[in-house]
Amino acid sequence: MLAVNFLLLAAVLFCIGVFGVIARRNAVLVLMSIELILAAVNLNFVAFAMMNDNIDGQVFALFVIAIAAAEVGVGLAMVLMIYRNRKSIALDGLSEMKG
Amino acid sequence: MLAVEDTHAALELSSGWFLENAWLIALIPAIGFALIIGFGKKMPMKGSEIGLASMAASLVIATGAGIQWMQRTDSASHGGDEAIGGAFSGVRGVLRASEGGEVEPYIEPVVTQWVWWQNSGLEFGLGSHIDGLSVLLLWLVAFISLLVQVFSLDYVRGDRRYTHFFAALTLFSSGMLVMVMSSNMVQIILGWEIMGLCSFMLIGHWWEDAYNSHSALKAFFTVRVGDVGLLVGTAILFFGANDFAVANLDSNGFDIRAIQAWALSGDGSSWTLIMASSALFIAAIGKSGQFPLHTWLPDAMAGPTPVSSLLHSSTMVVAGVFLVARIYPVFWEGFNIANGGLSFIAIIGGITIVVAALLAFVQDDIKKVLAYSTVSQLGYMMLGLGTGAWLPAVFHVFTHAFFKCCLFLAAGSISHSGSHHSFDMKKDMGGLRKFMPITFGAWCVSTLALTGVIPFAGFWSKDEIIDNVGANGYTFLFWVGLGGAALTAMYMTRATYLTFFGEPRGAAAGIHHDDGGHDEYATEFRETAIRSADLVAALPRSLSAAANVPGDDIEHDAEGDPAHGGHHADEHDDHGPHESGKLILVPIVILAFLALTSGFVNPTPLAGDALGANLGEGVELLKKYVEPRYEPVAIGETAGHAGESVQLLEVTPLPAAEAGADGKDAYATGCGRTDPEPGTVCYFPKVKHAVPELSKILLSLGVVALGYAAAIGFCIAFYKNKNPRLVGLTERSRIARGGYLFLKNKYYLDLLYQNVFVYFVSRPLAKATYWFNQNVIDGAVNGVGTSGKKAGDWVYNNIDQKIVDGAVNASGTVASETGHGLQPVQSGKVNQYGALLFGAATVGAIVLVILNVS
Repeated sequence: MLAVNFLLLAAVLFCIGVFGVIARRNAVLVLMSIELILAAVNLNFVAFAMMNDNIDGQVFALFVIAIAAAEVGVGLAMVLMIYRNRKSIALDGLSEMKG
Repeated sequence: MLAVEDTHAALELSSGWFLENAWLIALIPAIGFALIIGFGKKMPMKGSEIGLASMAASLVIATGAGIQWMQRTDSASHGGDEAIGGAFSGVRGVLRASEGGEVEPYIEPVVTQWVWWQNSGLEFGLGSHIDGLSVLLLWLVAFISLLVQVFSLDYVRGDRRYTHFFAALTLFSSGMLVMVMSSNMVQIILGWEIMGLCSFMLIGHWWEDAYNSHSALKAFFTVRVGDVGLLVGTAILFFGANDFAVANLDSNGFDIRAIQAWALSGDGSSWTLIMASSALFIAAIGKSGQFPLHTWLPDAMAGPTPVSSLLHSSTMVVAGVFLVARIYPVFWEGFNIANGGLSFIAIIGGITIVVAALLAFVQDDIKKVLAYSTVSQLGYMMLGLGTGAWLPAVFHVFTHAFFKCCLFLAAGSISHSGSHHSFDMKKDMGGLRKFMPITFGAWCVSTLALTGVIPFAGFWSKDEIIDNVGANGYTFLFWVGLGGAALTAMYMTRATYLTFFGEPRGAAAGIHHDDGGHDEYATEFRETAIRSADLVAALPRSLSAAANVPGDDIEHDAEGDPAHGGHHADEHDDHGPHESGKLILVPIVILAFLALTSGFVNPTPLAGDALGANLGEGVELLKKYVEPRYEPVAIGETAGHAGESVQLLEVTPLPAAEAGADGKDAYATGCGRTDPEPGTVCYFPKVKHAVPELSKILLSLGVVALGYAAAIGFCIAFYKNKNPRLVGLTERSRIARGGYLFLKNKYYLDLLYQNVFVYFVSRPLAKATYWFNQNVIDGAVNGVGTSGKKAGDWVYNNIDQKIVDGAVNASGTVASETGHGLQPVQSGKVNQYGALLFGAATVGAIVLVILNVS
């Protein structure tokens, strides 16, 4: 019963995150939204670990936290470079990859 | 009970904490290196204190190990009951086997070993193998390294890479210690390569000067030529000895003791042994600067003086000698030293003695004189090893370390305080004895030791080598050794005269020809031949002198240095010669003292009647504690006891034939002469010891005196009185000029290596390869190509164009159309991509749910 609440919370977090990634123009906010998504996933991992009485999920959550830290580091560095080059971190201005 | 004692005398050997933890001696400097690199710059003394502390700790442990080794040896001689008392007494109550006394049993080394890595059951160990030889060298290396580091405190003060200098120095010592204590060949290679790397770093310490970095490269590559020999030799030994070692000794073919035992067991074919010992000796030639690979050693003088001192006294160059001494049985059998074979080692050693001594005559750089002197002395060590004089050679390593280190440090002191960072004897020295009395005194003591004047250290060791060479039947090499001694006396007299006597010149007289030259590094690479026309101009100011002027003004921040404090102001102004500070003088004086006394650890002539003072064999401490006993040991009692504090070891009884009444026959059988009895192994061949005679001692002293007399006479006539018949002889006489140029150009060996090997060998080789490439390989390739092309044409026209292309074009069209259709999706907008990603994920999730639910 409790676990279902966790999963619901995770789903809500996930949706907020997805919304942020899709709708936001500010690159830093997009990164923050990605963090939300990861947090939701972590919550899922831990919740399932609790449900299944298996420690693996918690271990995975720890790994995800570590990876997330690294990913934010890379992401912020990229944002910083984008800002230095363009004096803006608005994502809709970035369409060099347009095919 | 009695019967048991008759056949097997059970033997208890004492051990101790220091012997079993001797690996700390090498580990501490290695950790010290890491600490200096990591934290050195933040330390109050910029990391030098870590280096000093680690070397001091190593020295303490090495001293402890030495004392315990002596106790261990004594415990064997005395049956284990009065082990401690006899350690320093120097007089033994028990007679040696050669004196008709009891058998001296083989003293088991203390081996502590860990598995470093494993490869399909083959274990590569890492650990310590402590016997007399390694204890002696461990102590020596730790001691010399400590003194050199103390010296460096003042000498390189203010250098721009001060911390790195101490780090490299510490690692260098560590490398030598690792090698000296190694229990297997792999560890020897490890230490050997650490030293190679560090010598590169240290010789090229002031790499901004192209000459220095060239010298560092030259040292590295020349030694690497030899290193190939080490790898090949180790591999041959492994494949030769492995089966024997696994079957009998429960170890493998890398283990030093297994190799020693295998070489003496008669198990290996002589061909294998010759190949292995030749390959290993090539490594020793490279490392120990033997002819013809000695050329790197004088160029290694480009490094700072403490480096030269450490490199040329106790580390690096004696590594090759140590390698030969360590696995001596391989060379003993491989080169047939037992039967007086004229061995490769002895020949190379003899050539090196003379060749290097002659080169020392034409050097104007004081450090290069010492460098060639080192090469020559290493030749003596090799000569000793190559003729069966193991103990004298090791003894010479020991004494040579002290006096040669002292000479180098004295040269450093001179350049530091007397000649304004110059090493050029002709330009910047002369008359320095008045200004630097302590350095002068130490220099003189060490020179007398180097030239082998009684009672200085060099006499006891060098004379021993020469004596044993003669006694083992190598009459010609005996005279070569004596001639070398005379040459040594001559070139050292010349160097002493030019440096300390006569009128002060150049910087020694207060003239600063290279003032403002602090940034002016000599950048030419002096490997071109010196031509006849350049004779006069061929004496440029010393390169290493210029190289030794670091960017910062090194000696003038001498706060806290009492010796500098007093007359600091004026020395800063005129740079006149003066005595060095205490940090420089103390190591020199200690070393000079040892240069005077260290010979008395093994004064063989005093043990007999030769000098009229028969003190008994007890005074020969090295013979007792360092030389391995050549008694066979029963298999099974030797293996697998490493690290136990008390070992039980059974000694087989003395073969009856050995106890012959006259001394000569005693050497006809036994270890290394005949194969050991089944069930026993030998670890050391039965070497002969010459009995010193007064006539031979007088002969060698006479030769040295003759050398001194001739050299002093020449110096006074040539340098002081400018005798017109001698001055300018090289310009007038073709023979003299030819000889001078020949020496000045170092026998043209560098040219040979550079021009002949590089141009005349590698270039035609390249051309031939090119021709072969163009005509033979290309022809074949072209032939294949032509027929291939015809077949290809048909395939192209029929299959490729019609069938394959049709399909490809069709698919290309489809892909192109699809791409155009999907182009809007590739908007370049991150958010849109995110939306697509999550949309796809959602679709996927829905599909999964439907599939799973239904």
